[in-house]
Amino acid sequence: MIVRIATESQYRLPDEDAQRLNELDNQAVEAVEAGDEERFRQIFDEMLELVRSDGEPIGDDEIFESDVIIPPSDLTFEEAAEEFTGDGLIPD
Amino acid sequence: MAGMGGRMSTVIKAKINKLLDKAEDPGETLEYSYQRQMELLQDVKKGIADVVTSKKRLQLQQQKLEQQVVKLDTQARQALAANREDLARTALERKQFAQTELQSLDGQVQELERQQQGLVDKEQKLRTKIEQFRTKKEVIKAQYSAAEASVKISEAATGVGEEMADVGLAMQRALDKTENMRARADAMDELEASGAFDDNLQLGSGGDDIDRELHQLTEQSVVDDDLARLKAELGAGTPPAGELGAGEKRAEGPS
Repeated sequence: MIVRIATESQYRLPDEDAQRLNELDNQAVEAVEAGDEERFRQIFDEMLELVRSDGEPIGDDEIFESDVIIPPSDLTFEEAAEEFTGDGLIPD
Repeated sequence: MAGMGGRMSTVIKAKINKLLDKAEDPGETLEYSYQRQMELLQDVKKGIADVVTSKKRLQLQQQKLEQQVVKLDTQARQALAANREDLARTALERKQFAQTELQSLDGQVQELERQQQGLVDKEQKLRTKIEQFRTKKEVIKAQYSAAEASVKISEAATGVGEEMADVGLAMQRALDKTENMRARADAMDELEASGAFDDNLQLGSGGDDIDRELHQLTEQSVVDDDLARLKAELGAGTPPAGELGAGEKRAEGPS
């Protein structure tokens, strides 16, 4: 599975991690919906950590489309909230 | 559209794809529009230059503030030696304010350095991928049937297109951050022009707007401590450092 951390890099992640990533993603959504910034930050950091530690960075000379794109690591809570209701990072 | 699974990521991915669709067909863009790629790389270069300019400006402000801190400290000393505690207090308040600004500037400069490095890395990455795409395209054409080659080239083009979109996003975020800091730097310059860090502390002055504002902005306790420190150093008739907590000797600020 190819995962990109937006504005940073792409990683090759073992397929077993997809499930865990999905869980974290769902939890992140819940935290955002609950307006719980601290919890969101914690889960989001865990997501990034999972990709960075388990993933193998994709070389600059390799070209892949990502299966999953995770928002930039400096995503603010406001931006996270917008991802679900508004224009998001990239305006429509 | 997407279920609960991967909702957040899916949103971003969908948007990037949409961006690509809108931009043009990435395959065609990459096949034919060398110019479009060069434009993007130029944009990134401009973005980096922008970040560097802002950083330099902040560094200049840092230097000025550092000089101010030294100057104000000296002035406070002189004021105290001349038994003008009110004046010393004002100088120390300004010094404290300048130091707070300095700390904030340090953080901003570091952030801009991170942004700059990030953009340089991304530019290099994109450049490499574009070159790789050119090479790969020819190899694919030579090795596969026309139909297969078309699919494979399109896949690779989508990958490079994603990289292009990501570089665009990184640049936009870096510039947004730079923009915020520039607004702050403007405010600092204005403040400086208005004399907030003015080194000419007039005897008897100290009741103007800036001073009142400074009183609000400054943490009195820090100034008190600083004042006590100076007094102790100068031996200006105040308790030694060990008794600073007593606070009885705290003089009123300028009225």
